[in-house]
Amino acid sequence: MRRDPVTTWLMRIYLVLFFGYLFLPLMVMGAATFNTSRFPTVTPWLGTTFQWFVELYRDGAMWTALWTSLVIAAGVIAVSVPIGLAAALLLTSLHARARSFVYGVMVSPLLTPGVIIGISTLVFWQRFGVAGGVFLSVVAQSTYIIAYVMLMVMARLQRFDRSLEEAALDLGASHLQAFRRVMLPYLRPSLLAAAVIAFLQSFENYNTTLFVRGVDTTLTIYIASKVRTGVTPAVNALGLILIVLTVLAAVLYEWRRRSERRRESIAARRREVSEAAEDGVGRALAAPAE
Amino acid sequence: MTALIRRFGLGLSALIIALPVFWIVMMIVLPELVMIDFAFRPNLLPAEIGGPKDVYTLGNFQTLVENTIHRAIFLKTIWASAFVTLVTLVVCYPIAYHLAQGTKPERTGFLILLLIIPFWINEILRTFAWFIILAYNGPLNALLSGLGLIDRPIRFLNGNFGVIIGMVYAYILFMVFPLYNSMESLDRNQIEAARDLGASAWRIHRRIVIPHAKPGIATGCIFTFMLAAGSYAVPALLGSPQSRWFTEIIYNWFFEGGNWNQGAAYAIVLLALCLGFILLMLRVFRVNLGDIAK
Repeated sequence: MRRDPVTTWLMRIYLVLFFGYLFLPLMVMGAATFNTSRFPTVTPWLGTTFQWFVELYRDGAMWTALWTSLVIAAGVIAVSVPIGLAAALLLTSLHARARSFVYGVMVSPLLTPGVIIGISTLVFWQRFGVAGGVFLSVVAQSTYIIAYVMLMVMARLQRFDRSLEEAALDLGASHLQAFRRVMLPYLRPSLLAAAVIAFLQSFENYNTTLFVRGVDTTLTIYIASKVRTGVTPAVNALGLILIVLTVLAAVLYEWRRRSERRRESIAARRREVSEAAEDGVGRALAAPAE
Repeated sequence: MTALIRRFGLGLSALIIALPVFWIVMMIVLPELVMIDFAFRPNLLPAEIGGPKDVYTLGNFQTLVENTIHRAIFLKTIWASAFVTLVTLVVCYPIAYHLAQGTKPERTGFLILLLIIPFWINEILRTFAWFIILAYNGPLNALLSGLGLIDRPIRFLNGNFGVIIGMVYAYILFMVFPLYNSMESLDRNQIEAARDLGASAWRIHRRIVIPHAKPGIATGCIFTFMLAAGSYAVPALLGSPQSRWFTEIIYNWFFEGGNWNQGAAYAIVLLALCLGFILLMLRVFRVNLGDIAK
């Protein structure tokens, strides 16, 4: 694309500024972990230390909060993956008009502020005498995380070849067998991805959990309350660890997703070529292979 | 229905229907209805519930109208969220355009990965990072006084400034991706043709890119506004008692005032605000809900 050099340079500067804006704050936060200063900062630098990791390790409340977060996240995965899968399957079997209405209701939690989801869950379950805690946190978070799972499964379901399923049924497979041996393996990548997203969403949730947590504290709430009541670089140490883990997960996830997509496009290309060949169009064979 | 049963058999079909119905009824619709019911009832002692005083009333909403502090905070939440939305849109537009139209595909992949990484990082941590930067003895003040721009550190964390900065940072990625997705599908030839025919850059954006990207702009604005207006973490960490956010008032009604009915009413006002904003965006950009949340 032709462009005058001024625009190109302006764009480069803007890109650098933008990504600097995205990453510098996180780097400052990470760097502050290694400063001896009791208050997390990088100015002034009072000396390099690893003591804050030790302090973090000794903090019992942190471990309790971590455990609570993990239990809630496991619960959210267990609830939202099956329901999200069922919702996606149901949607694809509905007629057009009913589908767009039900779809609207299903994605509505994504357009609702998190605090509202927390509040409505809290007041609803109070009628059954259920108070805030791990259970309500799982329910409230799942309310919108199911919608994410549903969207992710649906994206893959749209490319599903129904004839595979019909072939299985024609060849005498029971409905359950066809589902387990054909549909589930096909959806597996999206279900795994959805579980990862569900875990992350649950783990980092703050607004919704705040209202339904009762007296339990998740790791995110623990971090926020530390920041408000007297923060030490031990929180930075925790942040740094979480960031490193997240970045690793993100890179791994993206890498897997891309290689998956590449494999699929190669398979699709091969299928096209072989179909074309069957049709007797020899030209397709001359088309450049991968 | 019959198609579903023919495809999955009776047992599986029952599950495929029952699970989403449970979700919609027990987790989405009924809780919202109970919350609305709460909002229109007075806050009563347990003994009085079901008694003569237990009638529907607008009293909880009247509180918001009459309480000048709460009203001011509500209005502040609206304009500040709108401002955050506008700033993120302006900041993200060039990036999204560059990613969608200006780079080679290999490079786009890398840049998108760079964008996704902060997106995966906990909102609390992203906000905490700004807490450090904006602190009274923090690096920003050190930098500014080092450059000789200020004589004395500025209290950034004492007003709306810090909150708005933190929100732009926290929600910027909810704007970039919808914009990018909508611009990516634009055929580059259209831009080339317009340029060959002598259109200025401004005209190309106004007549080609923006009309094409409308659904993305609407989606990005809706998400950003909703997240900003509904944010609790950012004002709690980067604000002060002088810069309270509407969500903080709601929280206080629930857990400090102990008046759930009042809190539910305020929550409904917040929900109505977000719904109103969605409708406004759909009207302004002339898109329908089906284009959103894709």
